[in-house]
Amino acid sequence: MGKTLSEKVWDEHVVRSAPGEPDLLFIDLHLLHEVTSPQAFDGLRLANRTVRRPDLTLATEDHNVPTLDWDKPIADPVSRMQVETLRKNAADFGVRLHPLGDIEQGIVHVVGPQLGLTQPGMTIVCGDSHTSTHGAFGAIAFGIGTSEVEHVLATQTLTQARPKTMAVTVNGSLPEGVTAKDLVLTLITHTGTGGGQGYIVEYRGQAIEELSMEGRMTVCNMSIEWGAKAGLIAPDQTTFDYIEDKPEAPKGADWDAAVAHWKTLRTDDDAVFDKVIELDASTMTPFVTWGTNPGQGAPLGASVPSPDDFDEPNDKVATEKALQYMGLEAGTPLRDVKVDTVFVGSCTNGRIEDLRLAASILEGRTVAADTRLLVVPGSVRVRLQAEAEGLDKVFIASGAEWRGAGCSMCLGMNPDQLAPGERSASTSNRNFEGRQGKGGRTHLVSVPVAAATAVRGTLSSPADLQEV
Amino acid sequence: MDKFTTHTGVGVPLKRSNVDTDQIIPAVYLKRVTRTGFEDGLFAAWRNDPDFVLNNPTYTGGSVLVAGPDFGTGSSREHAVWALQNYGFKAVISSRFADIFRGNSGKAGLVAAQVDEKVVQRLWDWLEDNPGGEITVDLESRTVRAGVGEDAVEDSFDIDDYTRWRLLEGLDDIGITLSHDADITAFEAERPSWKPVTA
Repeated sequence: MGKTLSEKVWDEHVVRSAPGEPDLLFIDLHLLHEVTSPQAFDGLRLANRTVRRPDLTLATEDHNVPTLDWDKPIADPVSRMQVETLRKNAADFGVRLHPLGDIEQGIVHVVGPQLGLTQPGMTIVCGDSHTSTHGAFGAIAFGIGTSEVEHVLATQTLTQARPKTMAVTVNGSLPEGVTAKDLVLTLITHTGTGGGQGYIVEYRGQAIEELSMEGRMTVCNMSIEWGAKAGLIAPDQTTFDYIEDKPEAPKGADWDAAVAHWKTLRTDDDAVFDKVIELDASTMTPFVTWGTNPGQGAPLGASVPSPDDFDEPNDKVATEKALQYMGLEAGTPLRDVKVDTVFVGSCTNGRIEDLRLAASILEGRTVAADTRLLVVPGSVRVRLQAEAEGLDKVFIASGAEWRGAGCSMCLGMNPDQLAPGERSASTSNRNFEGRQGKGGRTHLVSVPVAAATAVRGTLSSPADLQEV
Repeated sequence: MDKFTTHTGVGVPLKRSNVDTDQIIPAVYLKRVTRTGFEDGLFAAWRNDPDFVLNNPTYTGGSVLVAGPDFGTGSSREHAVWALQNYGFKAVISSRFADIFRGNSGKAGLVAAQVDEKVVQRLWDWLEDNPGGEITVDLESRTVRAGVGEDAVEDSFDIDDYTRWRLLEGLDDIGITLSHDADITAFEAERPSWKPVTA
């Protein structure tokens, strides 16, 4: 019997395997940021251990960093302390760091791919659940806790039980104006937040193959939101073309050897997945969330559901609690929901393609009077590229705030937060209670929906906008 | 890590599903660089509500959390496990745990005991009849127990063999792996030269 893509990549990284024990997996790339690493470095110091492979380790500052005044010391002393701790740890242990102010600084999951360090067939981990993003290149990539960060620092390996395999096959093509974000939000509402638990998922089918690398990253990024261990997509010409001109891509004969290997990274025809889900892209529409987990979503054209619409007692209670928290009435058309703040950014939708799409909708239009639009590039490189293309001018002319790079309002560890009761339409990945600020209410949306919502002030798609 | 064999303590019902790690500890509480002191952030938003279970004096000193399905979803922050431990919890019982939370618990020494959804309901019912009652989580026999006589609840729980063994022995994961250093070195020698490096 043949192997699935994830089984091939997994098997290539098994250092040691013994009956009754999890596999010992070699890790090709370990990404670090300031929030989940300090206790891991402390652990190394306590045990007199070193970083085994600093040459397979990369750190950046993203969660805490301000998106205004980034050239000044961080105002919040606790955030500053955490960032300074990372700087000290990186220096002490010889780890390459891209700090605030460096041209390669940015959200760790934007930085890896743009440097070309994220490549097919790798194992990539980071103390951050959205590490699944890197699966877009055909890598096994997943988030780990701080104890595991310490384990990887000390050994460059992880003990991992072999997950089950799942295929999510998305047939047909996405209609015009429907994005990778709508696709993955539709999927999560279909499966629920626990549907992927215990599985490495391979996304495949025509709609997935037709996505750009940015779109594939958006889909893989949200694998964790339906509980999957990791999500990945077989590398193809789109993948190779994306990597080829990146600074850390293999060069010359190395490139040829790498591509030859990458071309073998496909699920064999006779391989069998433990589970298969099929979806039809052609019927998908702009999709938004109404509740407090990413599985509580609906098409933009629908109305806020009622607890009575659900059969399971847990779902009824969860819906009731969500509507109460979100301040929504069952039956309200989603298009009538008024939004205070729109956030375009994050490791889900903060790449250059996302900013181009947002700018194309905002060009010649104005952000609604009572609405604030925050545009936060995923990295310094993305910011500079956007500025080179004049996108910043489009955003500023529309009334948006153009900011520096970082995680920003996705999780509000820096000053970019919602006020209690404030409602956002956000291109990020989590609508949990208080995620974007205590008492804040989040609707997850695609980039086109975010831009159109900023213009109309209520949840909208570009189709709702008047011609410019 | 301390050995864990069995623990008996006040059971705390958390009647919610999908308790994500942002609820267990919001991001603004993650800025410490130590492993201690996170109890302040535990369920921070919910603790503002006087009716929240942890504000009920009946459950003071609670150490066994009984939660709805999909506990620990979302962010990989191990701080969620530390916050529960710093507060005094030794075990969490749920019918479904998110993978990363389960992994973090095993590493940090918090027992994530997975039971059938009906068992969670029975424990909730039992705690309703016996507020402040104690629940036993026995890792050796993989059972959860509450009460005696007719109303007693006793059932098995799932935890993988390897994690159970490590917790029972109180073993350091890194130490175990470093004993396989020769295997790692041999693997490294065979890696293709075109694989990327950061330095």
